[in-house]
Amino acid sequence: MAETQSAAAPHKDERIREISSVRKALIRPELGAICGTILVFMFFIAIAGDSGMFAPEGIINWGTVSAQFAIIAVGACLLMIAGEFDLSVGSMIGFSGIMIALMTVHWGFPTWIAILVAIALALAIGALNGYLVMKTSLPSFIVTLAFLYILRGLTIFISIATTRKTIIGGVREAAEGDPIAWLFGGKVFSGLFVWLADMGVVGKFVAGPRAGQPVVEGIPMLMIWAIALIVFGHFLLTRTRFGNWIFASGGDAQAARYVGVPVNRVKILMFMFSAFCATIFATCQVMEFGSAAADRGLLKEFEAIISVVIGGALLTGGYGSVVGAALGALIFGVVQQGLFFAGVESSLFRVFLGVILLLAVILNTYIRRMITGER
Amino acid sequence: MKKTLIAMAAAAVAFTGYAAPAAAEGERFVLVSHAPDSDSWWNTIKNAIAVAGEQMNVEVEYRNPPTGDLADMARIIEQATASNPDGIIATIADYDVLSGPISDAVAKGIPVITINSGTIEQSKQLGALMHVGQPEYDAGKGAGEKAKAAGVTQFLCVNHYITNPASVERCQGYADALGVELGNQMIDSGQDPSEIKSKVMAHLQTNPDTNGILTLGPTSAHPTLAALDELGKSGTIHFGTFDISSEIADAIKSDVIAFAIDQQPYLQGYLPVVILTNLARYGVVPGNSINSGPGFVTKDNIALVEEYAGEYR
Repeated sequence: MAETQSAAAPHKDERIREISSVRKALIRPELGAICGTILVFMFFIAIAGDSGMFAPEGIINWGTVSAQFAIIAVGACLLMIAGEFDLSVGSMIGFSGIMIALMTVHWGFPTWIAILVAIALALAIGALNGYLVMKTSLPSFIVTLAFLYILRGLTIFISIATTRKTIIGGVREAAEGDPIAWLFGGKVFSGLFVWLADMGVVGKFVAGPRAGQPVVEGIPMLMIWAIALIVFGHFLLTRTRFGNWIFASGGDAQAARYVGVPVNRVKILMFMFSAFCATIFATCQVMEFGSAAADRGLLKEFEAIISVVIGGALLTGGYGSVVGAALGALIFGVVQQGLFFAGVESSLFRVFLGVILLLAVILNTYIRRMITGER
Repeated sequence: MKKTLIAMAAAAVAFTGYAAPAAAEGERFVLVSHAPDSDSWWNTIKNAIAVAGEQMNVEVEYRNPPTGDLADMARIIEQATASNPDGIIATIADYDVLSGPISDAVAKGIPVITINSGTIEQSKQLGALMHVGQPEYDAGKGAGEKAKAAGVTQFLCVNHYITNPASVERCQGYADALGVELGNQMIDSGQDPSEIKSKVMAHLQTNPDTNGILTLGPTSAHPTLAALDELGKSGTIHFGTFDISSEIADAIKSDVIAFAIDQQPYLQGYLPVVILTNLARYGVVPGNSINSGPGFVTKDNIALVEEYAGEYR
């Protein structure tokens, strides 16, 4: 299934099977996710159209949540296509966040150094994850499950041992004036929203010190990161030789080795990328909320995997797309937040969420089987 | 892409002529807690908002982050704000994380009442109308004073929610009242009952001089009762707990637990709904914050409490 748009043969070659462009469009892994996205939006516009969900504020709300899912889903997606899992994503989020907060607030590092060190640490842990999987030939499920506990335990231990607290605040103050901190916690296009508010498209605050300012300040950097990572992941996967290596490593590692793909290197790099995405998530969260907590990111690894699977990737590797994973994240975010706007009782809310996720995956699989003829 | 989809979906909806159901009669309030799904204590608050909602003829929605992740809670408050309710009731489980979303709601003109976690000062800073809750440090200190009078010198504080700063404050207040260092006398027990039980047993076996126990709610109190029972130490250690349940009530009657600190969660759910409704309808609102606790439940007043434990108490 590792067929991407490789260089088209200049002349007709009998070894290449002709595929019509319609079929080519339909065979894409993200088709199910596209249909799912349309269905989900239609559903929520119908049941929650006038609840504020599609007002600018509401869109920013579910957009931010979707962007959060998307950031970790891109990493999980590439890793899953390369044939491996990373269950340590959630713990990695907690770990990176606490490291950044400790370094800036407790040890007084400049924020930009703290962020770079946290990213370096995450890359090292990702590499260790990958190295152990490659070296021991154990399933990545087991190795990263171990790191789920190791990292969570370390995070709680380190934060209690150094500050006697599991929530470390004060990062916002420490990050003030930092050259790169705004890249993670800031908001962009605020001028546009002031203009939109003057035009009456966006509401304004009516009380307090921010009265008169628009209720939506700007596009959070979190969303920009999500889009940047999606574009990067999509380009890497579909337009580069390395992308083909990822598909090949996840499809049949042994066959890939025979044709000279450095499978171990590809997989280790993908583990590192997954850890990198988790750290980006954590940094954005720490900068936005100004604090880090040792229990951040609980269950996020599953949310990443769910987004990827809704997006049409196979759990067995070798098949999938970053755009699909991004749409999966969008569906997940819209369903999770949308049910609230629709006023669904909170205990039933997760039942609905589960049912809709299940339906999305079934739809997805059904469409893929129908079109590709696989069983 | 998103825009096209929205447009398409909007067209589809317009075509079918489907309109969302009109809002129900009465005002709509949203209560956002920090409690994970596994925390049963909040059931009392859910009962309270159901009663208040019925009496006032308003709609009250209860929302919480499923895993107790406070960053998720911040999103839920933002979401509640975006849905334009007539009032928001929220806990201040972590000021840093929640101050942005809560003050945004206030700035948007939505009346906010804070409950449960957090302090009156924090509530004021956020621009909330008032705080309905129990000052945590003081409550822990009150428990510690009673323990000191009973002769406690070395204690165990079973913390089942260590990631919530308020829980640490309770243990700290208890320790300060006793005049001893908190140190490793506070344990991170986790939420799983059998784990809590074995951790408590292990601690008591390795620290046999422990003569006081503080648990922070039924989640840690029930397994601790079982642990004491199994060690044969029931009734020999001065045992105080936060919150009340039928098991805790039984233990108070049989002298195993000396007292339970009741912060009267029912009031934390009920009063804000009543106050917000009256504010929306007649513009009247009390001028001060309300302390719903600490109230001590002991053998003397247990009968009254017991009947409604876990339901309204």
